[in-house]
Amino acid sequence: MRKLITPLLSGLLLLPALLPLSAQAVDGSDIMQKGGANPAAMPCITCHGTDGKGMAAAGFPRLAGLPEAYIAKQLADFKAGRRENAVMQPIAQSLTPEEVAAVAKAYAELPKVNIKPGPVERPQPGSGAWIALRGAWERNIPECTLCHGPAGVGVGDTFPPLAGQSALYIENQLKAWRGTKAVAATRKTKAVAAVPPSRRNDPNGLMAHIAVDLSEAEIKAVSDYFAGLGESKEAFDESQHRLR
Amino acid sequence: MKNAKILAALLGSICLFAGIAQAADTANTLRNSRLDDQTQLPKAPAKPVSQQYFQPPADTDIPNNAFGELVRRGQDLFMNTKALAPEYVGNEMNCVNCHIDRGRKANSAPLWAAYPMYPAYRKKNNKVNTYVERMQGCFQFSMNGKPPAADSEILTALTTYAYWLSTGAPTGKALPGRGFDEPPPPKGGYDIARGKAVYEKQCQLCHGENGEGKKVGVTSVFPALWGKDSYNWGAGMHRINTAAGFIQHNMPLGRGETLSDQEAWDVAAYINSHERPQDPRLVNGSIDETRKRYHADDGVNLYGVVVNGKKLGQGVQ
Repeated sequence: MRKLITPLLSGLLLLPALLPLSAQAVDGSDIMQKGGANPAAMPCITCHGTDGKGMAAAGFPRLAGLPEAYIAKQLADFKAGRRENAVMQPIAQSLTPEEVAAVAKAYAELPKVNIKPGPVERPQPGSGAWIALRGAWERNIPECTLCHGPAGVGVGDTFPPLAGQSALYIENQLKAWRGTKAVAATRKTKAVAAVPPSRRNDPNGLMAHIAVDLSEAEIKAVSDYFAGLGESKEAFDESQHRLR
Repeated sequence: MKNAKILAALLGSICLFAGIAQAADTANTLRNSRLDDQTQLPKAPAKPVSQQYFQPPADTDIPNNAFGELVRRGQDLFMNTKALAPEYVGNEMNCVNCHIDRGRKANSAPLWAAYPMYPAYRKKNNKVNTYVERMQGCFQFSMNGKPPAADSEILTALTTYAYWLSTGAPTGKALPGRGFDEPPPPKGGYDIARGKAVYEKQCQLCHGENGEGKKVGVTSVFPALWGKDSYNWGAGMHRINTAAGFIQHNMPLGRGETLSDQEAWDVAAYINSHERPQDPRLVNGSIDETRKRYHADDGVNLYGVVVNGKKLGQGVQ
């Protein structure tokens, strides 16, 4: 009897040792470089860059250093259609849940955008910096940095960094949240149908009303502001306060 | 040698004297500061539908001189209180947390409505409170810290900022938009359990499951609503009625006036049914005595009240 039990037990003991092997089969950085198991899940680096910092000119966002939960949520939202995008939706649909988890983790482990804390900023009214740092409270628009953190470095899993993203990406997102209003026909022009927002995945509707109430010029200016923050090569002391 | 002994004795007595003087000074500060009274001013009138709220001046109106510099310094302090005045802030709060849009937003205790109401006479205790004393109260209770001296650079800058925001506002006249325009208590009362559900749905995302708020590095972004980093049991916000007003008009951020009065009261009660730093006016170490003296007649609050089998007001450090 004892003879029987021993190999059985050792077999059981071996099982956990084998498990990590199957988990390792899904490697996040592998997916970045080569894509998912399904060929439709193209390699992420094609658009998001080999360093994960995106491609500014094309408006492909930076993923490096974004929170793991945020990336996973966006992929789930693409899959479910709460965030519409002709390129990303088919990719998200082709990734397995394990692949989503692995790639989200891998991107979160890449360096975050590095913004050095500076002195208090005193923006000029009417500028992009003004919307970013002061908002437009007469229209219930909080300053972006109130939720996305000082200098737009991002807060927790919910409020992604705006610093480190390109102007085109930020602008596209604000437009995706607002959609466009219908334009009535005139004697010379045809009616233009309303385009509903293509991004509807903001928690508690926190972004939609802001995007709707910002003017085109403000969207452009505030997007330029965050893109213009660039990235610092110098490391900084994390015990320092970031001023508003 | 003899001279040295005399000198030492002399020095000792000077030090002793200085010590006594300092202790007396502290006692005087406490007595003279009149900080023990945090009761509310009478309710401000409602805004007639056809009227606008008072409009404070624009930033472009700040003059480029010594006065303007002090206005800007006051505004910097107002937004970055913890970072710029750490010795006076005991928690993680900044003025701007309760006074949204840099103290400009109506129904978020705007400074342009507060400043012209001081010095305020309180019939109840026959006392006069100055604006500086009111701000010292903010530091002591809302910031759970130590009030800067009345003539300090910090309070001078903050006063100058409030004065500038009040440019053109009438003195001594209650303006619509002052305070938090508290909604009346709901007919059926408030419900802490219902408030918890509102909190989880509407507030937790930013303020955290345990009301701890959220930070970036050492800088607080979303303020803590209870616990050691939040306002203490003596702050005006510990009143459910006051918190309900703030919440109804200003929360969720940018989506004010979307919660019903009932939801605002319920969630305010939930938030204020948690422990927070002790009331610095604690009388004889007794919650009951402190309740009797400072809380029994201070709006609707849960200090010293037993909730879920626990008496609130223990304080946290």
